[in-house]
Amino acid sequence: MRKYGPRSIALGYLLIVLVGPLAMIFWRIEAEGVGKAWSALTEADTIHAFKVTLILAAIAVPLNTIFGVVCALAIVRRPFPGKGLVNAFVDLPLALSPVVVGLSLFLLYGRTGWFGPWFTGHGIQILFALPAMVLATVFVSVPFVAREVVPTLRELGDEQEQAARTLGASGWQTFWRITLPSIRWAIIYGVVLTTARCLGEYGAVAVVSGSISGRTETATLRVQDYYENLNQAGAYGISLALAGIALVVLVVMTLLKPQEAAA
Amino acid sequence: MWASRAQGLSGFWYWITQPEAVAALELTVAVSALVALTNAVFGTVLAWVLVRDDFRGKNVVNAIIDLPFALPTIVAGLLVLALYGPESPVHVHVAFTRTAIYLVLLFVTLPFVVRTAQPVLHELDTQMEEAARSLGAHERTVFTRIILPNILPGILSGVAMAFARAVGEIGSITLISGNRPFQTEVASVWILNQSQSGNGTGAAAVAVLLLAISFLLLLTIGGLRRLATRHERA
Repeated sequence: MRKYGPRSIALGYLLIVLVGPLAMIFWRIEAEGVGKAWSALTEADTIHAFKVTLILAAIAVPLNTIFGVVCALAIVRRPFPGKGLVNAFVDLPLALSPVVVGLSLFLLYGRTGWFGPWFTGHGIQILFALPAMVLATVFVSVPFVAREVVPTLRELGDEQEQAARTLGASGWQTFWRITLPSIRWAIIYGVVLTTARCLGEYGAVAVVSGSISGRTETATLRVQDYYENLNQAGAYGISLALAGIALVVLVVMTLLKPQEAAA
Repeated sequence: MWASRAQGLSGFWYWITQPEAVAALELTVAVSALVALTNAVFGTVLAWVLVRDDFRGKNVVNAIIDLPFALPTIVAGLLVLALYGPESPVHVHVAFTRTAIYLVLLFVTLPFVVRTAQPVLHELDTQMEEAARSLGAHERTVFTRIILPNILPGILSGVAMAFARAVGEIGSITLISGNRPFQTEVASVWILNQSQSGNGTGAAAVAVLLLAISFLLLLTIGGLRRLATRHERA
């Protein structure tokens, strides 16, 4: 009895909070009609929304991967003044509301912001267009790669790197042949998390994009659009597609975990 | 962020003392605290079961815990709304109430405490517990005197992360809360509404407060991490 108590509490909680709602996606699509959900998914504006989401991810993920690795190397291998501050700032997007991120960009590039007038004067639109959405997405997905790579680098130690250097390897050679192979699983794990965050971002993008259908609407904004226009089939259809991506992410994460632990 | 200074300190004060903003902030902090507390209890139980218990399908349960990190939050909101909304198959209709906000925040913050308590619990040496038991300690004494003190820093840093996440959350809340001023409007939704209706200054004032909360929590988490690893470093 003692043994089954915690188990049933834990699994019951999981059922009420997580698994129950998740099961609803199929139930609702069935109830709303699979055909309706499918036609909403293949609508031109929806396809465009998925394209926008993919473009944002395609820009933000590589940028943050490179930035994350460089940042982690700097934090672990090269102690410098203000290191703690950099470390804290990398983590900031995890604790900060995405709305606050979006708002900062909104104010910075708005009509009365620091950079807004200059860009408007040169005929470049930042707000309510792709550039601001890219900035927002990049900002919120900054921490993931760095946070995965930092502990791995720490555990690794730098003995192998020092050995390589004493044997005459250059900095680049050491990085490519010694450091990178050892941290690659951590990087991949970070990339998976970054991708998930980019695809699912809502708050920051909602503030700066203006949610214009067929132009600046992302997949997550499209869900809201459908829901508010009482097209529930559409909302659940896109949700199913996004949940499918999440499931793939989850499987990759699960497969990578033991690898990471072994590394 | 500096835009909040555009109208000086008095402007900042004016906006953060607006009744609607105050109500939104109070609701946000109260709900988030409740969510963090719930996570502290159930997150620990979940971590405990995942480390010490063994049953079929444990790996699947372990994998599912991470789902809220992978799933777009707006989808989470929609799904909680489907189960606990007007067309609920279990006849629990709490949509557009504070209970709904609480439920959806539990969904999106579920992994934090589990994932911070789990590794600490895993590393915990069972010899200490056996020693206590052999000296005649009750199970409860073993838990409160041996296990809990060891895993508490881990739990607390997870709790702080869950709290931070709950305070800033918007995507999952926007559909389910109905966003009624003074009732179910949280701070992040208030900020979004103000910025969309052209009140950048007011939005920035409340945003600065949220930013301050985030910084405080980051410092707390940093401190707790150091506390959690103090044995290893010593």
